[in-house]
Amino acid sequence: MNASLPTTSREKRFPELDTVKHRHPQAFRPNVKRRATTIGVGVILVGLYIFGLSTLGFEPERLADGFKNFIWIVGLMLPPNPGTVNIALVFLKGLVETLSMAFLGTICAAILALPFGFLAARNIVKNPVLHLLARRFLDIIRGIDTLIWALIWIGVVGLGPFAGVLAIITSDFGAFGKLFSEAIEAADDKPVEGVVSTGATRFEAIRFGIVPQILPIIVSQLLYFFESNTRSATIIGIVGAGGIGLYLTETIRTLEWKQTSFIIILVLVTVAVIDWVSGKLRTALIGARPV
Amino acid sequence: MATAINLLSDEQNRHLSETYRRAVGQKNRQLLLGLVIVILMLVLSAVGAEVDGAKFIKNFWRFPHYFYEMAPKLAWATFFPDLAEWFWGLSKWLRLLGETLLIAYLGTVTGALAAFFLGFLASRNLAIGSVSHTVAKRFLEFCRTVPDIVFALIFVVSFGLGPLPGVLAIAIHTTGALGKLFSEVIENIDMKPVDGLKATGATWRQQVRFAAVPQVLSNFASYSLLRFEINVRGASVMGFVGAGGIGQTLLEYIRKFYYSDVSAVLILMIATVMIIDYGTEKVRHRLVDVEGSR
Repeated sequence: MNASLPTTSREKRFPELDTVKHRHPQAFRPNVKRRATTIGVGVILVGLYIFGLSTLGFEPERLADGFKNFIWIVGLMLPPNPGTVNIALVFLKGLVETLSMAFLGTICAAILALPFGFLAARNIVKNPVLHLLARRFLDIIRGIDTLIWALIWIGVVGLGPFAGVLAIITSDFGAFGKLFSEAIEAADDKPVEGVVSTGATRFEAIRFGIVPQILPIIVSQLLYFFESNTRSATIIGIVGAGGIGLYLTETIRTLEWKQTSFIIILVLVTVAVIDWVSGKLRTALIGARPV
Repeated sequence: MATAINLLSDEQNRHLSETYRRAVGQKNRQLLLGLVIVILMLVLSAVGAEVDGAKFIKNFWRFPHYFYEMAPKLAWATFFPDLAEWFWGLSKWLRLLGETLLIAYLGTVTGALAAFFLGFLASRNLAIGSVSHTVAKRFLEFCRTVPDIVFALIFVVSFGLGPLPGVLAIAIHTTGALGKLFSEVIENIDMKPVDGLKATGATWRQQVRFAAVPQVLSNFASYSLLRFEINVRGASVMGFVGAGGIGQTLLEYIRKFYYSDVSAVLILMIATVMIIDYGTEKVRHRLVDVEGSR
């Protein structure tokens, strides 16, 4: 018997393995660098997690006590009950305020952001300084949370839903501006060239070359932001800027848990309805294709 | 070379332009109707949101004035002392910012881990059973619909003040948001490797581990990083309800009209958010490259 006879099935099927190994050694060597990176990143991530757990006060007793309290609170929340019809009506009014804030805020922000989106798009405004300034401006606006904008606007127009509307407009202005400018930059140049070749002015080139391309994105983003603004408009009341969040905070502070759960369910149902309606609208307006 | 142009007869021309006018006319009518509805709803919501134009115009000067007040009083001659005075609480603020980042990090990782497991249960193609599929889906929906700050409000009552309720609130909301995205990623995987493993007699866990996870991991990481950006913003306002981080300090400064402190903290917050966004964007691009090279 020859000692070099193939023994395993792999060698039987691939007798040239040794030659190939010899010719391409790097393909058979374990990738030390890559493995070290993976392990290193893993160690850092886990270490940071453990560090966080220890510094942020995750003590087992505290967690256990908290969970006990939480279960107890959930027990107190059931069944959801607003108390009287009048209180339920007050909550409903808060819900109407919330929806109004979200709708008005989204539409106004989009209208204000559209011209700014063109200003921040590289293919429309060729001046790099202007373009950069517009981008940074939008970044700064987006860097400040809606709740902080609400606090600032409360100082201008006082407590109430109007401050909430202005806060939503401000923070969404930054987000819309960025999204619109990105959509404009991603638009295909060829339709613009086509329109220009017919002797169109610059405005007409934008109107007929770019706007039809970005309109579906704008509509889709509008609907998406309306959904997400309904959610942020429910919490904006926490700092006193109107809507149902005000009542939510109040019922939690006064420990009226049955009313709290009633409000939460009210919000859940509303958000579900709005998601459903906007999904239908999206398919009706721009078709089923993903944007 | 002369080219013959086909001229349509008047009859055909009239017919075509008539059809065109009718088609465009219908579209314009629909657009007009939609516009009227939107404007009507805008007016209604303006009433609902107590929009007061007169008050807005009368008081608008306070908005730029607020930023004017916030602007630091820096003189050229005493630039560095002024700067030091503006950022007098720098070490305290940086510590709070670090706490904010940790809250966001712990919340994101915990939420992403929970979403990893629930995402498989909630996906259509790799669910274990229809009951667990529905339960997981509904649970994720609930977690993502209730805003994190509402969870924080409730957790502050049950766990006490501090960063702990903030982390838990962010973790739960992240579970909901990422769980949905993860399950969508899983639904879009190539099912052939899964079928191949199934054919060798692999268990469900082995199918997930060796066929699904390698396909989805880089997408999961990318979404988690994106979520981390969002959670940093969320964690910075957790303090508004007493759930830790820099928010409580900021709220105090805003309420007490410590203008220069507000601007200093805001600048630090915006800078942190920008750095985080930039860093995660770089990492995400690398992840996309890894995905593309496979």
